[in-house]
Amino acid sequence: MTSHDVTTGAVTWPDELYDLLRRANVTQFAYVPDAGHRVLIDRSLADPDVYSVALTTEEEGVALLAGADLGGARGVLLMQSSGAGNCINMLSLNKGGHFPLLTLISMRGEFGEGNPWQFPMGQAVRPVLEAMGVIVLSANHPDEVIDVVQAAITMAFQGGEAVAVLLTQRLIGAKKFA
Amino acid sequence: MARPTKLQINALPDPVLDRRDVIPLLIENPHEFLAVCGLAGSAQELTAITNDGPNVYAMAGAMGAAVTMALGLALAQPKRRVLCVTGDGELLMNLGGLATCALMNPPNLTIICVDNGHYGETGNQDSHTGLGVNLAKIAEGSGIPAVLTINTMDDLPEGRRLVREGNGLAFILLRVKEGKPLNTGRLMQPAVGRTRFRQHALGHV
Repeated sequence: MTSHDVTTGAVTWPDELYDLLRRANVTQFAYVPDAGHRVLIDRSLADPDVYSVALTTEEEGVALLAGADLGGARGVLLMQSSGAGNCINMLSLNKGGHFPLLTLISMRGEFGEGNPWQFPMGQAVRPVLEAMGVIVLSANHPDEVIDVVQAAITMAFQGGEAVAVLLTQRLIGAKKFA
Repeated sequence: MARPTKLQINALPDPVLDRRDVIPLLIENPHEFLAVCGLAGSAQELTAITNDGPNVYAMAGAMGAAVTMALGLALAQPKRRVLCVTGDGELLMNLGGLATCALMNPPNLTIICVDNGHYGETGNQDSHTGLGVNLAKIAEGSGIPAVLTINTMDDLPEGRRLVREGNGLAFILLRVKEGKPLNTGRLMQPAVGRTRFRQHALGHV
Protein backbone atom coordinates (compact mmCIF):
# COMPACT_ATOMS: atom_id res chain seq x y z
CA MET A 1 0.00 0.00 0.00
CA THR A 2 1.53 3.30 -1.04
CA SER A 3 0.66 6.47 0.77
CA HIS A 4 1.83 8.93 -1.86
CA ASP A 5 1.10 9.19 -5.54
CA VAL A 6 4.51 8.26 -6.94
CA THR A 7 4.22 10.60 -9.91
CA THR A 8 2.83 13.69 -8.19
CA GLY A 9 4.01 13.18 -4.62
CA ALA A 10 0.52 14.06 -3.32
CA VAL A 11 -0.61 12.60 -0.02
CA THR A 12 -3.01 9.77 -0.77
CA TRP A 13 -3.48 8.03 2.59
CA PRO A 14 -6.63 9.95 3.62
CA ASP A 15 -8.49 8.71 0.56
CA GLU A 16 -7.12 5.21 1.05
CA LEU A 17 -8.27 5.41 4.65
CA TYR A 18 -11.80 6.31 3.61
CA ASP A 19 -11.89 3.41 1.19
CA LEU A 20 -10.59 1.08 3.90
CA LEU A 21 -13.33 2.17 6.31
CA ARG A 22 -15.99 1.65 3.64
CA ARG A 23 -14.65 -1.81 2.80
CA ALA A 24 -15.00 -2.59 6.51
CA ASN A 25 -18.72 -1.68 6.27
CA VAL A 26 -18.42 1.50 8.30
CA THR A 27 -21.63 3.39 7.55
CA GLN A 28 -21.81 6.02 10.31
CA PHE A 29 -19.15 8.73 10.20
CA ALA A 30 -19.47 10.92 13.30
CA TYR A 31 -17.31 13.97 13.83
CA VAL A 32 -16.72 17.39 15.22
CA PRO A 33 -15.07 19.14 12.27
CA ASP A 34 -11.29 19.10 12.29
CA ALA A 35 -8.73 19.93 9.62
CA GLY A 36 -6.93 16.64 10.22
CA HIS A 37 -10.03 14.72 9.13
CA ARG A 38 -11.04 16.99 6.26
CA VAL A 39 -10.82 14.35 3.54
CA LEU A 40 -12.73 11.72 5.52
CA ILE A 41 -15.45 14.21 6.43
CA ASP A 42 -15.78 15.48 2.86
CA ARG A 43 -15.85 11.96 1.44
CA SER A 44 -18.56 10.94 3.92
CA LEU A 45 -20.64 14.00 3.03
CA ALA A 46 -20.39 13.08 -0.65
CA ASP A 47 -21.16 9.37 -0.15
CA PRO A 48 -24.87 8.51 -0.56
CA ASP A 49 -24.40 5.16 1.17
CA VAL A 50 -23.28 6.45 4.59
CA TYR A 51 -24.58 8.64 7.37
CA SER A 52 -22.33 11.65 7.88
CA VAL A 53 -23.17 12.88 11.37
CA ALA A 54 -21.92 16.26 12.55
CA LEU A 55 -21.85 16.41 16.36
CA THR A 56 -21.91 19.32 18.77
CA THR A 57 -19.53 17.52 21.14
CA GLU A 58 -17.52 14.36 20.77
CA GLU A 59 -19.28 12.48 23.57
CA GLU A 60 -22.39 12.43 21.39
CA GLY A 61 -20.38 10.33 18.97
CA VAL A 62 -19.53 7.70 21.58
CA ALA A 63 -23.23 7.32 22.36
CA LEU A 64 -24.23 7.45 18.68
CA LEU A 65 -21.91 4.61 17.79
CA ALA A 66 -23.10 2.52 20.74
CA GLY A 67 -26.60 2.96 19.34
CA ALA A 68 -25.36 1.99 15.89
CA ASP A 69 -23.97 -1.20 17.41
CA LEU A 70 -27.33 -1.97 19.03
CA GLY A 71 -28.75 -1.80 15.52
CA GLY A 72 -26.00 -3.88 13.93
CA ALA A 73 -24.17 -1.04 12.16
CA ARG A 74 -20.54 0.05 12.33
CA GLY A 75 -19.28 3.57 12.72
CA VAL A 76 -16.19 5.63 13.30
CA LEU A 77 -15.70 8.69 15.50
CA LEU A 78 -13.39 11.32 14.03
CA MET A 79 -12.08 13.88 16.48
CA GLN A 80 -9.20 16.05 17.53
CA SER A 81 -7.21 15.27 20.66
CA SER A 82 -9.10 17.96 22.61
CA GLY A 83 -12.30 16.02 21.93
CA ALA A 84 -10.99 12.91 23.64
CA GLY A 85 -11.39 14.68 26.96
CA ASN A 86 -15.04 15.36 26.21
CA CYS A 87 -15.74 11.63 25.91
CA ILE A 88 -14.51 10.25 29.20
CA ASN A 89 -17.66 9.39 31.15
CA MET A 90 -19.46 8.33 27.97
CA LEU A 91 -16.78 5.68 27.49
CA SER A 92 -18.52 3.90 30.37
CA LEU A 93 -20.68 2.48 27.59
CA ASN A 94 -17.68 0.78 26.08
CA LYS A 95 -15.90 -0.31 29.22
CA GLY A 96 -19.04 -1.45 31.03
CA GLY A 97 -21.30 -2.32 28.12
CA HIS A 98 -18.67 -3.89 25.86
CA PHE A 99 -19.71 -1.75 22.95
CA PRO A 100 -17.01 -1.72 20.27
CA LEU A 101 -15.54 1.65 19.34
CA LEU A 102 -13.32 2.81 16.53
CA THR A 103 -12.06 6.36 16.84
CA LEU A 104 -9.43 8.20 14.82
CA ILE A 105 -7.86 11.11 16.68
CA SER A 106 -5.91 13.85 14.96
CA MET A 107 -3.35 14.96 17.49
CA ARG A 108 -2.49 18.41 18.74
CA GLY A 109 -0.35 19.38 21.70
CA GLU A 110 2.56 17.12 20.93
CA PHE A 111 5.36 16.89 18.34
CA GLY A 112 6.12 20.40 17.09
CA GLU A 113 3.09 22.10 18.67
CA GLY A 114 3.29 25.89 18.99
CA ASN A 115 -0.06 26.59 20.69
CA PRO A 116 0.27 26.27 24.46
CA TRP A 117 -3.49 25.75 24.85
CA GLN A 118 -3.23 22.42 23.07
CA PHE A 119 -0.71 20.74 25.38
CA PRO A 120 -2.83 19.88 28.44
CA MET A 121 -5.30 17.67 26.60
CA GLY A 122 -2.92 16.58 23.85
CA GLN A 123 -0.51 15.15 26.40
CA ALA A 124 -3.36 13.54 28.36
CA VAL A 125 -5.07 11.72 25.49
CA ARG A 126 -3.32 8.39 25.87
CA PRO A 127 -3.44 8.08 29.68
CA VAL A 128 -7.07 9.15 30.01
CA LEU A 129 -8.27 6.91 27.21
CA GLU A 130 -6.30 4.00 28.62
CA ALA A 131 -7.79 4.69 32.04
CA MET A 132 -11.23 4.15 30.48
CA GLY A 133 -10.19 0.89 28.87
CA VAL A 134 -9.56 2.15 25.35
CA ILE A 135 -6.69 0.50 23.47
CA VAL A 136 -4.52 3.24 21.96
CA LEU A 137 -2.56 2.73 18.75
CA SER A 138 -0.70 5.44 16.87
CA ALA A 139 0.34 6.17 13.31
CA ASN A 140 3.39 8.34 12.82
CA HIS A 141 4.18 7.84 9.16
CA PRO A 142 2.10 7.83 5.96
CA ASP A 143 3.30 4.32 5.11
CA GLU A 144 1.82 2.84 8.28
CA VAL A 145 -1.58 4.55 8.51
CA ILE A 146 -3.52 1.95 6.57
CA ASP A 147 -1.97 -1.00 8.39
CA VAL A 148 -2.57 0.56 11.81
CA VAL A 149 -6.19 1.45 11.08
CA GLN A 150 -6.80 -2.00 9.59
CA ALA A 151 -5.51 -3.48 12.84
CA ALA A 152 -7.82 -1.20 14.81
CA ILE A 153 -10.82 -2.17 12.66
CA THR A 154 -10.15 -5.84 13.40
CA MET A 155 -9.67 -5.24 17.11
CA ALA A 156 -12.85 -3.15 17.35
CA PHE A 157 -15.31 -5.01 15.14
CA GLN A 158 -14.08 -8.58 15.47
CA GLY A 159 -12.42 -8.29 18.85
CA GLY A 160 -15.17 -6.15 20.32
CA GLU A 161 -12.78 -3.63 21.90
CA ALA A 162 -12.72 0.15 22.08
CA VAL A 163 -9.75 1.24 19.99
CA ALA A 164 -8.31 4.67 19.25
CA VAL A 165 -5.77 5.44 16.55
CA LEU A 166 -3.76 8.59 17.15
CA LEU A 167 -2.85 10.31 13.91
CA THR A 168 0.18 12.08 15.29
CA GLN A 169 1.63 15.45 14.40
CA ARG A 170 4.59 13.64 12.88
CA LEU A 171 2.05 12.27 10.41
CA ILE A 172 -0.25 15.22 9.84
CA GLY A 173 2.15 18.04 10.65
CA ALA A 174 1.95 20.73 13.30
CA LYS A 175 -0.36 23.66 12.66
CA LYS A 176 1.61 26.81 11.98
CA PHE A 177 1.06 29.92 14.07
CA ALA A 178 2.34 33.35 13.10
CA MET B 1 -25.66 36.49 46.94
CA ALA B 2 -26.95 34.76 43.89
CA ARG B 3 -28.70 31.50 43.38
CA PRO B 4 -30.74 29.96 40.57
CA THR B 5 -34.10 31.67 40.44
CA LYS B 6 -37.30 30.70 38.74
CA LEU B 7 -37.58 32.09 35.22
CA GLN B 8 -40.74 34.05 34.48
CA ILE B 9 -40.31 34.20 30.72
CA ASN B 10 -41.28 30.58 30.08
CA ALA B 11 -44.06 30.30 32.64
CA LEU B 12 -45.82 26.97 32.17
CA PRO B 13 -48.78 25.64 34.19
CA ASP B 14 -47.90 23.55 37.21
CA PRO B 15 -47.64 19.91 36.18
CA VAL B 16 -50.66 17.80 37.08
CA LEU B 17 -50.04 14.43 35.47
CA ASP B 18 -48.87 11.34 37.37
CA ARG B 19 -46.15 9.58 35.39
CA ARG B 20 -47.36 6.18 36.52
CA ASP B 21 -50.71 6.81 34.87
CA VAL B 22 -49.72 8.70 31.78
CA ILE B 23 -46.67 6.86 30.45
CA PRO B 24 -48.50 3.58 29.82
CA LEU B 25 -51.29 5.58 28.16
CA LEU B 26 -48.88 7.51 25.94
CA ILE B 27 -46.87 4.47 24.84
CA GLU B 28 -49.67 2.08 24.05
CA ASN B 29 -47.63 -0.73 22.50
CA PRO B 30 -44.14 -0.50 23.97
CA HIS B 31 -43.12 -3.91 22.61
CA GLU B 32 -43.38 -2.64 19.04
CA PHE B 33 -40.43 -0.28 19.43
CA LEU B 34 -36.73 -0.49 19.81
CA ALA B 35 -36.19 1.73 22.83
CA VAL B 36 -33.23 3.47 24.46
CA CYS B 37 -33.84 4.88 27.92
CA GLY B 38 -31.85 7.35 29.95
CA LEU B 39 -30.95 6.56 33.49
CA ALA B 40 -33.26 6.49 36.53
CA GLY B 41 -37.03 6.94 36.25
CA SER B 42 -37.52 6.52 32.53
CA ALA B 43 -35.32 3.43 32.41
CA GLN B 44 -37.31 1.93 35.29
CA GLU B 45 -40.59 2.85 33.67
CA LEU B 46 -39.92 1.34 30.24
CA THR B 47 -38.59 -1.79 31.90
CA ALA B 48 -41.79 -2.00 33.92
CA ILE B 49 -44.23 -1.48 31.06
CA THR B 50 -42.44 -4.00 28.81
CA ASN B 51 -42.06 -6.56 31.60
CA ASP B 52 -38.27 -6.24 31.25
CA GLY B 53 -38.46 -6.53 27.47
CA PRO B 54 -35.33 -7.22 25.42
CA ASN B 55 -36.34 -4.38 23.08
CA VAL B 56 -35.41 -1.85 25.77
CA TYR B 57 -31.81 -0.75 26.38
CA ALA B 58 -32.14 0.89 29.76
CA MET B 59 -29.17 2.74 31.20
CA ALA B 60 -28.14 3.47 34.74
CA GLY B 61 -25.20 5.70 33.85
CA ALA B 62 -23.54 7.40 30.86
CA MET B 63 -25.75 10.40 31.58
CA GLY B 64 -26.47 12.39 28.43
CA ALA B 65 -26.21 9.38 26.11
CA ALA B 66 -29.85 8.55 25.47
CA VAL B 67 -30.78 10.88 22.61
CA THR B 68 -27.74 10.34 20.43
CA MET B 69 -27.65 6.62 21.22
CA ALA B 70 -31.21 6.38 19.97
CA LEU B 71 -30.17 8.37 16.89
CA GLY B 72 -27.42 5.87 16.06
CA LEU B 73 -29.91 3.04 16.48
CA ALA B 74 -32.53 4.78 14.34
CA LEU B 75 -30.02 5.32 11.53
CA ALA B 76 -28.87 1.71 11.78
CA GLN B 77 -32.43 0.32 11.72
CA PRO B 78 -34.39 2.60 9.40
CA LYS B 79 -37.24 0.10 9.07
CA ARG B 80 -37.85 -0.13 12.80
CA ARG B 81 -39.54 2.42 15.03
CA VAL B 82 -37.14 3.78 17.64
CA LEU B 83 -38.16 5.41 20.88
CA CYS B 84 -35.93 7.43 23.16
CA VAL B 85 -37.38 7.89 26.62
CA THR B 86 -35.41 10.02 29.02
CA GLY B 87 -35.72 12.53 31.82
CA ASP B 88 -35.16 16.26 31.97
CA GLY B 89 -31.89 15.98 33.87
CA GLU B 90 -30.45 13.42 31.49
CA LEU B 91 -31.46 15.45 28.46
CA LEU B 92 -30.13 18.70 29.92
CA MET B 93 -26.70 17.11 30.08
CA ASN B 94 -26.51 16.94 26.30
CA LEU B 95 -28.85 19.45 24.70
CA GLY B 96 -26.70 19.47 21.57
CA GLY B 97 -27.97 15.98 20.83
CA LEU B 98 -31.35 17.45 19.91
CA ALA B 99 -29.64 19.65 17.32
CA THR B 100 -27.72 16.67 15.97
CA CYS B 101 -30.95 14.66 15.68
CA ALA B 102 -32.67 17.51 13.87
CA LEU B 103 -29.88 17.74 11.30
CA MET B 104 -30.08 14.00 10.59
CA ASN B 105 -33.90 14.03 10.81
CA PRO B 106 -34.49 10.26 11.07
CA PRO B 107 -38.19 9.69 10.34
CA ASN B 108 -38.34 6.63 12.61
CA LEU B 109 -37.30 8.32 15.88
CA THR B 110 -39.57 9.65 18.60
CA ILE B 111 -38.03 11.29 21.66
CA ILE B 112 -40.07 11.46 24.85
CA CYS B 113 -38.74 13.58 27.70
CA VAL B 114 -40.46 12.78 30.98
CA ASP B 115 -40.04 16.15 32.66
CA ASN B 116 -40.67 16.20 36.40
CA GLY B 117 -38.58 19.33 36.92
CA HIS B 118 -36.40 17.62 39.49
CA TYR B 119 -33.44 15.34 40.00
CA GLY B 120 -35.51 12.57 41.50
CA GLU B 121 -32.58 10.24 42.12
CA THR B 122 -30.37 12.63 44.05
CA GLY B 123 -32.59 14.33 46.60
CA ASN B 124 -35.21 15.96 44.40
CA GLN B 125 -33.32 19.15 43.73
CA ASP B 126 -34.88 21.51 41.18
CA SER B 127 -33.67 20.90 37.67
CA HIS B 128 -33.36 23.73 35.18
CA THR B 129 -36.76 22.80 33.77
CA GLY B 130 -38.28 23.00 37.23
CA LEU B 131 -37.03 26.58 37.29
CA GLY B 132 -38.53 27.40 33.91
CA VAL B 133 -36.20 26.21 31.17
CA ASN B 134 -38.45 24.91 28.38
CA LEU B 135 -37.07 21.87 26.58
CA ALA B 136 -39.84 21.91 23.99
CA LYS B 137 -38.72 25.37 22.87
CA ILE B 138 -35.14 24.11 22.70
CA ALA B 139 -36.32 21.16 20.58
CA GLU B 140 -38.24 23.55 18.31
CA GLY B 141 -35.28 25.86 18.03
CA SER B 142 -33.09 22.90 17.19
CA GLY B 143 -35.30 22.21 14.19
CA ILE B 144 -37.12 19.06 15.24
CA PRO B 145 -40.15 19.08 12.93
CA ALA B 146 -42.84 17.83 15.33
CA VAL B 147 -42.76 19.08 18.93
CA LEU B 148 -45.56 18.58 21.43
CA THR B 149 -45.92 19.52 25.08
CA ILE B 150 -48.27 17.38 27.15
CA ASN B 151 -49.51 19.29 30.18
CA THR B 152 -52.86 17.60 30.79
CA MET B 153 -54.86 14.58 29.72
CA ASP B 154 -56.39 16.80 27.02
CA ASP B 155 -53.01 16.83 25.25
CA LEU B 156 -52.68 13.06 25.39
CA PRO B 157 -54.52 12.05 22.17
CA GLU B 158 -52.11 14.08 20.05
CA GLY B 159 -49.17 12.52 21.89
CA ARG B 160 -50.56 9.04 21.37
CA ARG B 161 -50.99 9.78 17.69
CA LEU B 162 -47.39 10.96 17.35
CA VAL B 163 -46.09 7.86 19.12
CA ARG B 164 -48.40 5.51 17.25
CA GLU B 165 -48.02 6.90 13.73
CA GLY B 166 -44.45 8.06 14.02
CA ASN B 167 -43.97 9.23 10.47
CA GLY B 168 -41.31 11.80 11.22
CA LEU B 169 -38.84 12.87 13.87
CA ALA B 170 -40.80 14.00 16.92
CA PHE B 171 -40.12 15.36 20.39
CA ILE B 172 -42.68 15.06 23.16
CA LEU B 173 -42.27 16.93 26.41
CA LEU B 174 -44.33 15.03 28.95
CA ARG B 175 -44.72 17.23 32.01
CA VAL B 176 -45.40 15.24 35.16
CA LYS B 177 -45.60 15.85 38.90
CA GLU B 178 -42.84 14.81 41.22
CA GLY B 179 -43.16 11.26 42.42
CA LYS B 180 -41.89 7.75 42.08
CA PRO B 181 -41.83 6.07 38.67
CA LEU B 182 -43.21 2.65 37.97
CA ASN B 183 -40.46 0.28 39.01
CA THR B 184 -40.38 -3.48 38.88
CA GLY B 185 -36.61 -3.81 39.12
CA ARG B 186 -34.36 -4.00 36.08
CA LEU B 187 -31.24 -5.41 34.56
CA MET B 188 -28.22 -3.48 35.81
CA GLN B 189 -25.54 -5.17 33.67
CA PRO B 190 -24.86 -3.00 30.62
CA ALA B 191 -23.07 -5.69 28.63
CA VAL B 192 -25.81 -8.24 29.25
CA GLY B 193 -28.35 -5.67 28.13
CA ARG B 194 -26.40 -5.09 24.92
CA THR B 195 -26.27 -8.79 24.09
CA ARG B 196 -29.94 -9.25 24.89
CA PHE B 197 -30.96 -6.25 22.81
CA ARG B 198 -28.89 -7.27 19.79
CA GLN B 199 -30.23 -10.80 19.96
CA HIS B 200 -33.73 -9.35 19.89
CA ALA B 201 -33.13 -6.72 17.21
CA LEU B 202 -30.72 -8.58 14.92
CA GLY B 203 -31.32 -12.24 15.65
CA HIS B 204 -27.69 -12.71 16.63
CA VAL B 205 -25.20 -11.22 19.07
